[in-house]
Amino acid sequence: MISDFWDSLSESLERLGDTVRFLLRIGAQIPGALLRPQLILDQVYNAGALSLVIIMLSGLFVGMVLGLQGFDLLQRFGSEDALGTAAAIGLVKELGPVVTALLFAGRAGTALASEIGLMRATDQLSAMEMMAVDPLQRIVVPRFLGGVIAMPLLAAIFSMIGIYGAQLIGVQIMHVDAGSFWSQMQASVSLRDVNEGIVKSCVFGVACSLIAVYQGYYSEPTAEGVGAATTRTVVTSAVIVLFLDYLITAFFLK
Amino acid sequence: MINRLERRYDATTLNATSAIIELRGVHYSVGGRTIFDGLDANFLRGQVSAVMGPSGTGKTTMLRLITGQIRADAGSIQVGGVAVDGISRSELFALRQRMGMLFQNGALLTDISVFENVAFPLREHTRLPERLVRQLVLTKLQAVGLRGAAGLMPAELSGGMARRVALARAIVMDPQVLIYDEPFVGLDPISLGVILRLIRRLNDALGLTSIVVSHDVHEIAAVADRVFLLSGGKVVANGTPKELQASPSEVVKQFVGGLADGPVPFHYPAPDYFEELLARDGGRSA
Repeated sequence: MISDFWDSLSESLERLGDTVRFLLRIGAQIPGALLRPQLILDQVYNAGALSLVIIMLSGLFVGMVLGLQGFDLLQRFGSEDALGTAAAIGLVKELGPVVTALLFAGRAGTALASEIGLMRATDQLSAMEMMAVDPLQRIVVPRFLGGVIAMPLLAAIFSMIGIYGAQLIGVQIMHVDAGSFWSQMQASVSLRDVNEGIVKSCVFGVACSLIAVYQGYYSEPTAEGVGAATTRTVVTSAVIVLFLDYLITAFFLK
Repeated sequence: MINRLERRYDATTLNATSAIIELRGVHYSVGGRTIFDGLDANFLRGQVSAVMGPSGTGKTTMLRLITGQIRADAGSIQVGGVAVDGISRSELFALRQRMGMLFQNGALLTDISVFENVAFPLREHTRLPERLVRQLVLTKLQAVGLRGAAGLMPAELSGGMARRVALARAIVMDPQVLIYDEPFVGLDPISLGVILRLIRRLNDALGLTSIVVSHDVHEIAAVADRVFLLSGGKVVANGTPKELQASPSEVVKQFVGGLADGPVPFHYPAPDYFEELLARDGGRSA
């Protein structure tokens, strides 16, 4: 039992080390990749614009739920006017970055991992190597950067739509005073709160994109291998995002 | 008298100056299994050489060694006078610009059109004006008979067409060496004939050196200048296709004749058949 745990731990640490080394290799290729911005823009579109519908819909529903739950909780203390503040802080600092990252891992992360994995399985990456084109620079780095750029933008859109959803429920349906809703939000949400959300979404963007391209690049070149890589992308991303969320929250609250 | 085809291939018997690819004493093992145990082979400039052998003898591994995708444990591999296993990644990439490789399934990039696939190496390695890129791409597509398919996506191509497009892509940088990894797998007779003729025609017209890994003994014999037969980690026979077909060697006879049993056994190593059938526990021994 203890030896199984030790084996599993050492395997996880080994994989973590491989991932960090892969990140360093990506980092070394970024200057070269920046010379071809069109490749990166295409990937921002793939990872970002194509995820917009799911992000906006989810943001709206999460905001509406937050409006309902927040109103229910706050009215017990007679503080329903603070609904705007509660919704905004909850969304900007926490739910926006975290839920966006989880959705990003499910939508864009799986697409990245399976695309790169299939390229590996169908020899497209080997063919590039044989054409003296480094697949890391041509395929992996633009996709990684596309994800890193798209993630904070998606998180911002999620939070914005979420706040609208909370307002829809709180102000339009539960009749919280609109002036209080917006003015309390403006007065209470500080730049530090927004920064926390931005830092989180940037870190999650790096983590989710890295996990997706790593899993795809090193997937077994078989149908099962690509499937397993896709699954690992979602599972690993979810766990890492929640773990990093705790670390960053603790850092900002210290 | 030592049979010319059976003796271990001795590179010094060939005109070494005309060899564009030389493998000397190559050893390569993977996962504790020896793939090559002192492999020697010379591929001569301007020739179409076929590499054959039973499955699992390391034919594709040999191509991967030549192209520097993997490194040999010992021995030397020279391509155009450059030692492949002793060069940096950037030098290897420079060398690969002089080589083209056709993968078994074509390995076309699936998210771009046929035209863009063929243009891909040009766009990556040159700064040619668009007009010139277009002319070069159309010339190569014309050579493989697929100029009319320039606008199609790879998913719209048949297996044979995909391989012809990959062939156009492989020659677009005017390589010196063209390597084919099992180019006939899964092709109908017409597509197979087309690829066969293209291998010979492109080799002669462009002054290439071609290496073809294939199992299709009779088909490849029609276009190859020289055939290398691999078995047991070595070249066990080499010569012109006619010489191989006339060889008295058991290994060659089994392979060329497609015989089920011979030096390459039909049965995977196993305990005695009757003893195992009559075993009391009825289960397989470990």
